[in-house]
Amino acid sequence: MGSELKSLRTRTAYVDNPVKHLLNLYRFNICIMKTNNRPLSPHLQVYKPQLTSVLSILHRATGVVLALGSLLVAYWLGAIAAGPEAYATANALLGSWFGKLVLLGWTWALFYHLCNGIRHLFWDSGVGLDIKTTYLSGKIVLAASVVLTVLLWLVA
Amino acid sequence: MAEFTLPANSVVKPGKIWPAPEGATRTKNFKIYRFDPDSGANPRWDTFEIDLDDCAPMVLDALLKIKNEIDPTLTFRRSCREGICGSCSMNIGGTNTLACIKAIEDFDGDIVISPLPHMEVVKDLVPDLTHFYAQYASIKPWMQTETTPPQDRERLQSPEDRKKLDGLYECIMCASCSTSCPSYWWNGDRYLGPATLLQAQRWVVDSRDEATGERLDELEDPFKLYRCHTIMNCTNTCPKGLNPAKAISELKQKMVERR
Repeated sequence: MGSELKSLRTRTAYVDNPVKHLLNLYRFNICIMKTNNRPLSPHLQVYKPQLTSVLSILHRATGVVLALGSLLVAYWLGAIAAGPEAYATANALLGSWFGKLVLLGWTWALFYHLCNGIRHLFWDSGVGLDIKTTYLSGKIVLAASVVLTVLLWLVA
Repeated sequence: MAEFTLPANSVVKPGKIWPAPEGATRTKNFKIYRFDPDSGANPRWDTFEIDLDDCAPMVLDALLKIKNEIDPTLTFRRSCREGICGSCSMNIGGTNTLACIKAIEDFDGDIVISPLPHMEVVKDLVPDLTHFYAQYASIKPWMQTETTPPQDRERLQSPEDRKKLDGLYECIMCASCSTSCPSYWWNGDRYLGPATLLQAQRWVVDSRDEATGERLDELEDPFKLYRCHTIMNCTNTCPKGLNPAKAISELKQKMVERR
């Protein structure tokens, strides 16, 4: 600590070795921080949700939903293998209004994750990263996921 | 693991209300985050009712008016008052920007002002940027060369090569983008954040720099670069209209191309 403090006071410290100087400052500040009990500034509490950030967290949420939904599919396949009675129970469960609601949510999550995944592929190839295009592609993804879900339920 | 709520010592409590002077007809409420390190008390929201007929147009003007005429203890950074120094970056009305180039009339209701998000607060609107600057220093933001420079002149650059720096060199390191990024909030200790990565890209694309390989080697890390999930808060909030998300994407592409 002593030598660091001394180097902080040296005027030429920054010129001599800027990285070392900043790291010393950093260590010094961490010492102050620990004694001062500084608060953390508000983040989620104040930051206004943007269309882009909301779609981003939705991508993650739908990913989790898809993982859970695949368990449901596994259960359904297991029921088929277990025989006609288990299959009938599974079908009754999934065919109830609640089961249908869950399946509806799951199909929307599937299509949203798929469409937004394609949006990510474009970004990864360097296309459509300006604000105007990200907002446009975001709205297209939202609309497409709804349209595809409706189409699937009309056909199935 | 990310903590979505504020720690107990950081929860913002209701604070004082400073009423507008009598006879003010056009007033605006400024709800401002206050923290006094000497008191040991939690931060609070103070509300200042400002007479707009007696105040210059920018948010910074209102802050200066408060400091000069109402409460001299209000603490914030400012310097150039024209969007080039990057000192007065803060969260205004829910997004990060520079107080000096944000007009008061851009906001409909009350204007809520807090320090740059998810940072250690030194006092009021002053966050500790030490870690942010140390991350900036870690990418070695200066030209590195191995060849000897020409004897009679500086290292030259073609107009085309110079053009590659447009959209990067304008960054003033105000930290608005980095502190708007949820990835930086949750992993800021190891993720470099949009501002520092945009600067990294600025040196990677500089035709005169001869350490491109080493620079990219340094970024080959699960956290430093790859915590960017293209949330786009950075580009949405940049007061200079730059695009850090695009710069990061180009860095990621370079990583793939050189394999």
